[in-house]
Amino acid sequence: MWDYTDKVKEHFLNPRNVGEIENPDGVGEVGSLACGDALKLTFKLDKDGKIADAKFKTFGCASAIASSSALTEIIKGMTLEEAANVTNKEIAEFLGGLPDQKMHCSVMGKEALEAAIENYKTGSTVTHELEGKVICKCFGVTEKEIETVVLENNLTTVEQVTNYCKAGGACGGCRGEIKRVIDEVRGKLSNDEQPLNKKPSNLTNIQKIQLIQETINEQIRPALQADGGDLELVDVVGDEVIVAFRGMCSGCKMAEFTMRDVVQARLREFVSDTITVTEQK
Amino acid sequence: MKTIYLDNNATTRVADEVFEEIKPFFTELYGNPSSMHTFGGQIGKYIKKARKQVATLLNCDPSEILFTSCGTESDNNAILGTLSAMPARRKIITSRVEHQAVLATCRSLPAQGYHVVEIDVDKNGRLDMTQLEREIDDDTALVSIMYANNETGTIFPIEEIAKLAKSRGVLFHTDAVQAVGKIPIDLEKLGVDMLSISGHKLHAPKGIGVLYIRKGTHVKPLILGGHQEYGRRAGTENITGIVAIGKACELAQQWIDHENTVVKKLRDRLEKGLLSSCKDAIVNGDVKNRLPNTTNISFEFIEGEAILLMLDQFGICASSGSACTSGSLEPSHVLRAMGVPFTAAHGSIRFSLSRYNTQEEIDFVIEKMPAIIDRLRELSPFVK
Repeated sequence: MWDYTDKVKEHFLNPRNVGEIENPDGVGEVGSLACGDALKLTFKLDKDGKIADAKFKTFGCASAIASSSALTEIIKGMTLEEAANVTNKEIAEFLGGLPDQKMHCSVMGKEALEAAIENYKTGSTVTHELEGKVICKCFGVTEKEIETVVLENNLTTVEQVTNYCKAGGACGGCRGEIKRVIDEVRGKLSNDEQPLNKKPSNLTNIQKIQLIQETINEQIRPALQADGGDLELVDVVGDEVIVAFRGMCSGCKMAEFTMRDVVQARLREFVSDTITVTEQK
Repeated sequence: MKTIYLDNNATTRVADEVFEEIKPFFTELYGNPSSMHTFGGQIGKYIKKARKQVATLLNCDPSEILFTSCGTESDNNAILGTLSAMPARRKIITSRVEHQAVLATCRSLPAQGYHVVEIDVDKNGRLDMTQLEREIDDDTALVSIMYANNETGTIFPIEEIAKLAKSRGVLFHTDAVQAVGKIPIDLEKLGVDMLSISGHKLHAPKGIGVLYIRKGTHVKPLILGGHQEYGRRAGTENITGIVAIGKACELAQQWIDHENTVVKKLRDRLEKGLLSSCKDAIVNGDVKNRLPNTTNISFEFIEGEAILLMLDQFGICASSGSACTSGSLEPSHVLRAMGVPFTAAHGSIRFSLSRYNTQEEIDFVIEKMPAIIDRLRELSPFVK
């Protein structure tokens, strides 16, 4: 049995602000039935731009319901700028804490809030699940989401990341990738001032091609191989790098994101800002 | 608040008769049966009696009964013990819906060069016998398939599997932890080579299990260090546990008809009552071949842990196959193997009864459940 605080139990048994606001100013929906929890948040602003009312509907366990209830209580009366700064930590703290394995419930609350604010500002209802590279395909968790939970909650292990955002909690195929994200974020934290790496200037064509090959071998392929895929360098024409996906990556729905957010991003980071990557079909 | 205990597949209360029976072994009769003095030596006869009580329930010879510390140890011993006694064969066949005691043990073996095959089940949880028949080959050391599933209560065709295994010269172990005491079991007729029992599932205390090993079956011991249990398991005998499981088996014999009439009727009453008062509720498992005490019902669009905590408010104890209750992030491997959709798997609740339940208790659950389901569905974004 979970060790829930009295406040979690109280918000689960008597949740505040249940329902859906008619003609809301912002709507945020995150999660899915498959994932085991989902939250729909709606809010309405008053004439001063403050959140006058917020309501939720949640599918999930006791801590998911309590976190949603807490979220609506926290943001009522806030301006959108204030609300945008609410972290999952604040939601958990409001409830007197959550069990480690249930921290993802507070993260879901924060993500629904982000989505609702985004919806108010741009009218977009695109779930942010596909914003950036998807690392955990089982639960649709992106690199950006993982970075956020690592930063905001000062996480250091893959297990903690799983507790906070579910990534890596099913097939486990992405645990290596999650470790990389943690290392990168932690690396950035420890030497914030230093540039990540020095890009060489004035490369000869041969040196550049060698550096591209090296970067692909060291920075990109291990991550793809961990997911059962691979990548091959086909050609380099000026700043255009032509590659081909192999194994699980070929024909993968996420390949487009992988191409842009991993392959191109790494090559720009390590070789040159002007590199573009295209896939040989 | 009164506790309404409907989680008997998880564990059971120790029968009063069992408790009375074991008391002297904590106080006056605390000797070690291996001792050379009468005070210790006299304990041996109680072990002998318990072995006979267990053997009588299962219709086997007392010498085929090995006392262990739990069902999990029995399963481990059966699987690991036969493999090391049969080093030439490298294949193990099990099912996708086994208890972790079997599944995790089997899944640890590929690292040692073994080939493990997990047989599928259909949407009602029935075993794919064609696949099983196809998979058993000359390289197969062991088939380990459970007698009845702990989550859905589905009973597998054990006699048929035993025949099949025997005809191919392959050993067959069955984890019967959920079946013993709930349905009649006749080992002479059944033809299995090994069978696991857990004491605390049949009103004995935790910490005692049994592994039945058919005469002539080579099983290496898991625990070394003494001559106890005819050299098959070292360690000073758990006398209170052994006496308890003996008594519990004797009682099970007396109650087995009750289990299949009165308890079954209560289970059916509960199931019928919940299905008629709660919308979008589905029974999981093979309702034709099922333990008399178990029902597994999915309440769609809501989550199991939330249901359990609401039931807990009324003192009602059940369990769920939802992801949240396990601490893992995926719903029950049994329901997923059956292809139960996520919409239903997350909201599955298992009620498992015992001879201690009453009709008043069942009616109380039927009365309280609809409001709980309605309340959670009001909260659910998937219900319009």
